[in-house]
Amino acid sequence: MSHVLVPTTLEELWTFMAENPDAMIYAGGTDLLVKIRSCAVTTDCLICMERLNELKGVRVEAGEIIIGALTTHREMLDSPIVQRDLPLLYNALKNLGSPPIRNMGTLGGNIVTASPAGDTLPPLYISNAHLEIRSRNSSRRVPIESFILGPGRVDMRPGEILSQVVINKNTRFMVHHYEKVGRRSALACSVVSMAALMNISEDNTISEIRLAWGSVGPTVMRFRDIETFLVGRTLTVRGIEDAIRKVQQSVMPIDDVRASAAYRREVAGRLMLRLTGYASSR
Amino acid sequence: MIVSFELNGKEVHIETAPDRRAIDLLREDLGLTGTKESCGNGDCGACSILVDDKVRLSCLTLAAQLQGRKVVTIEGVCMETDGLHPLQESFVESGALQCGYCTPGMIIAIIDLLNSNPNPSRNEIREAISGNLCRCGAYQKILDAVEKVVRDRIERKS
Repeated sequence: MSHVLVPTTLEELWTFMAENPDAMIYAGGTDLLVKIRSCAVTTDCLICMERLNELKGVRVEAGEIIIGALTTHREMLDSPIVQRDLPLLYNALKNLGSPPIRNMGTLGGNIVTASPAGDTLPPLYISNAHLEIRSRNSSRRVPIESFILGPGRVDMRPGEILSQVVINKNTRFMVHHYEKVGRRSALACSVVSMAALMNISEDNTISEIRLAWGSVGPTVMRFRDIETFLVGRTLTVRGIEDAIRKVQQSVMPIDDVRASAAYRREVAGRLMLRLTGYASSR
Repeated sequence: MIVSFELNGKEVHIETAPDRRAIDLLREDLGLTGTKESCGNGDCGACSILVDDKVRLSCLTLAAQLQGRKVVTIEGVCMETDGLHPLQESFVESGALQCGYCTPGMIIAIIDLLNSNPNPSRNEIREAISGNLCRCGAYQKILDAVEKVVRDRIERKS
């Protein structure tokens, strides 16, 4: 049997963490409780953060959007701020898990789990999201790209938690594209996913673009050299075919139960073809 | 620990291990076997319950997390109606089940939907039950059953 502690304030959380340094911490439990059930991990003490209201909710502060780490996916989908200012994240959340999973799972949990298939991660990478990491006596802000180190590995020390996510609104982009390829649309771990933010000039050339892929490497993959290469190119199949090949050469997928590495490599590039659909037909 | 919560309108205080899964607490300790377990991983939705009016999976919720919460299981959905809940009636009339194992979870998921969206489209109903598997394949009849309830409610209002 494990103890289960459910703190309601940060003060209480810090005390529980100090008293139980080996405790495993969870939010929605949609990942950790599955692993405990299958005996993949064992622990004597669990700390459930779901009642920390201090770390819940979406707000705007000094022009930045702050999302508490304990905000559930459903709460984000219901937030007018997310709907209006973070359309890319909104698109990714719509496809995440299922209604009960979205009621339980949290943004912080999706980040700290650091799955290469984490659905919120590609949008957060190209939105240049920063994470606030807190402990009882300190607080630091890190870009999400340097926080996630590999599958299930993050730059977090004992006594630290992820408290909030800081994002700049991405409404200055014309295109907020997210697509996930999975075995089915609900409850499917992605086989490949791609998020894109893009601006297009009047002559249908790409004036600005950011791209990130999920499930094709140990973490989310973003290739700034390919983004630079794409700027100035026409948004047609011909115009981006060299970039598609570069992406296919750059991703680092593996074979697993869901798909082969070769299939993922092929699809990762071809997902970019969808972007041509945003070209205007003038 | 002693867990205290509201279950189907009644206060419950029960001695249990804090890491006991809510599904086991409900089925084995409290005798409410309407809530089903199938996958135990969060993939199938059979164990869905309402916690503070929102659908949650009881296989991925621990007893300690229920402290002070309001829980409704399939046994409690007809608390406020005389006889069966309109959704239950409609499932029976439409033949929206074969083996019936997924039905409690389906109805719980749809109650959550109708609370926030009283007039859902067929696609919105599909989306709301996307976390619930029916291996008999009764999906179309389930959608019919929900649409009938929605239609009846709107007609009664006008």
